[in-house]
Amino acid sequence: MRYDAATPNAIEATGLVKRFGKTTALAGVDIVAGQGRVLGVLGPNGAGKTTAVRILATLLRPDGGQARVCGYDVVGDAHRVRQLIGLTGQYASVDEGLSGTNNLIMIGRLLGLDRRAARARAADLLGRFDLAAAAARPVKTYSGGMRRRLDLAASLVGSPRVLYLDEPTTGLDPRSRTDVWHMVRELVSDGVTVLLTTQYLDEADQLAHDILVIDRGTVIATGTPDELKARTGRQVLRISPSDPARLAEAAALVEAACGAKVTTDAEVGAVSASVASTALLPRIVRELDARGIELAEFTLRKPSLDEVFFALTGRPADGKDSGTRELEGSKP
Amino acid sequence: MTALAGPAFPAPPRRLGLRGGLRNTSTLTWRSVLKIRTNMEDVLGLSLNPIMFLLLFTYVFGGAIAGGTHAYLQFELPGILVLSVVFATLGTGLMLNQDIAGGVFDRFRSLPIARWAPLAGAVLGDMVRYMISVAITLGFGMILGFRITTSALSAFAGCLLVLAFALAMCWVSALIGLLAKTPQGVQWFGSLIYFPLTFGSNVLVPTQTMPGWLQAFVKVNPMTDLTEAVRGLLVGGPVATPVIRSLLWAVGIFAVFAPLAVRVYRRKT
Ligand SMILES: Nc1ncnc2c1ncn2[C@@H]1O[C@H](COP(=O)(O)OP(=O)(O)OP(=O)(O)O)[C@@H](O)[C@H]1O
Ligand SMILES: [Mg+2]
Repeated sequence: MRYDAATPNAIEATGLVKRFGKTTALAGVDIVAGQGRVLGVLGPNGAGKTTAVRILATLLRPDGGQARVCGYDVVGDAHRVRQLIGLTGQYASVDEGLSGTNNLIMIGRLLGLDRRAARARAADLLGRFDLAAAAARPVKTYSGGMRRRLDLAASLVGSPRVLYLDEPTTGLDPRSRTDVWHMVRELVSDGVTVLLTTQYLDEADQLAHDILVIDRGTVIATGTPDELKARTGRQVLRISPSDPARLAEAAALVEAACGAKVTTDAEVGAVSASVASTALLPRIVRELDARGIELAEFTLRKPSLDEVFFALTGRPADGKDSGTRELEGSKP
Repeated sequence: MTALAGPAFPAPPRRLGLRGGLRNTSTLTWRSVLKIRTNMEDVLGLSLNPIMFLLLFTYVFGGAIAGGTHAYLQFELPGILVLSVVFATLGTGLMLNQDIAGGVFDRFRSLPIARWAPLAGAVLGDMVRYMISVAITLGFGMILGFRITTSALSAFAGCLLVLAFALAMCWVSALIGLLAKTPQGVQWFGSLIYFPLTFGSNVLVPTQTMPGWLQAFVKVNPMTDLTEAVRGLLVGGPVATPVIRSLLWAVGIFAVFAPLAVRVYRRKT
């Protein structure tokens, strides 16, 4: 361990403010990540996720508030913070003109490893990230996903105690994505703290111990994934009639019972509805039975984070309406 | 294989000392030199540029200015040496600009390294580029018929002087590279500064042939001192004063622009 392990929270930020000209990217954000935990930061495009990560990684100075990483101030003690962190930014920051191996050797050497140790660490990481075959090639010949993986490897050369991953799996194929998930879990089992932003809610669901939802530069919800799902107070009911022809009828019935709009998926022959209270369920079952609609499926589950996200921000998670916000946020 | 979390690293101090900074610089210099090897277009440009200058100026101006190509070659080659190397320094700014746009500098800034090391590494690595430029200019000049009329040692000193000046000039270029938003911006700003500086001097024609107001500018232009010094060292003429003045200029330019560039780099967010 390279730092004072007495601090309970690896990341502690209070009231972070950052403005770019007229755009307020962060309007007073608190971020706390416990030692050895994964904090998932969610939010639509332009919410301020990358800005927050860049402040915590000492790349940006906050205009207000303060942030500590393992007890060290990101502004006043930046050099120490840099010894503790690893960063995989939203856009790959590797040297296009160097080979994969030389990129990692360079970082190892910059971090004080001797030539031999730097070379060994580079080979080890390239192997883990499935880049051994391309190790000697200049990075400009890499595919997007390979570049991304090299960037991840680069952020691990220094054995960081706190790792920032800004949308680490964007642009990765499903297998590489699972590999990254494995890697995150392995690091966490070694006691590394991870702050992860992502557009994929299932990723946060899979990895994060805690979740922070940001929208327009403010925190709109925090908690564990389960707490957030419970927060909306609604569960999702899903039924499918054995006879697909009776789907519409079943949908109408459920809609009447719940008093809320239902979604019908004709392809798989299922109706889903968000139910405010489980007390409604017996009534729905009785009515379906009375009409003689037999069911192939009847399930009740917690809402997915997508649904929670939608409930919290009023927008779907893929940030479809981000167009205007992007414009708002563009250079002053 | 070690754990993914990796081997224990030596605990660096709260601040990095000068020695640490120099070690970082040597790593980053190694990086710049490696990059030169992978960028053949740049190496080609570096080599062809002096060749083009030499051919163009020798045969276009030769007859008119000195009354013969050989006489003119003896006069202009030291100037072209200066011209080629000074123009090559523009590449430093371009590379920095690309590094910043490409995100590599974000990586550097998130590492516990000396803040000035990425700039110093880029600049030192580029010395290799300038050496290529000097070697090609001299070599090709010799093929065309240029002869060193002093001594090998004196000519060597001339080359070193040009490189020392380039080491100062590339901080001007670095500053442009840091301030410009795009590579095109670097080209434009660079041209606006570099063209008057290089051509508004005695690089290609003797100062006496120019109108009085221009002579005033040419006389204070550091390029004039440098060219005169290199001429003296390669083909004879006054040496002491222009060499001292060139070195003073180099130190002055370095003292102003290096801290400025480092400052802009550190402020960059
Ligand atoms: N360098 C900058 N100059 C001007 N505005 C900026 C800059 N960086 C970010 N912004 C603005 O700040 C706001 C937050 O941006 P940020 O990149 O943090 O969002 P994000 O949550 O990471 O979005 P995404 O999901 O698209 O990556 C946006 O409105 C953006 O336009
Ligand atoms: Mg982002």
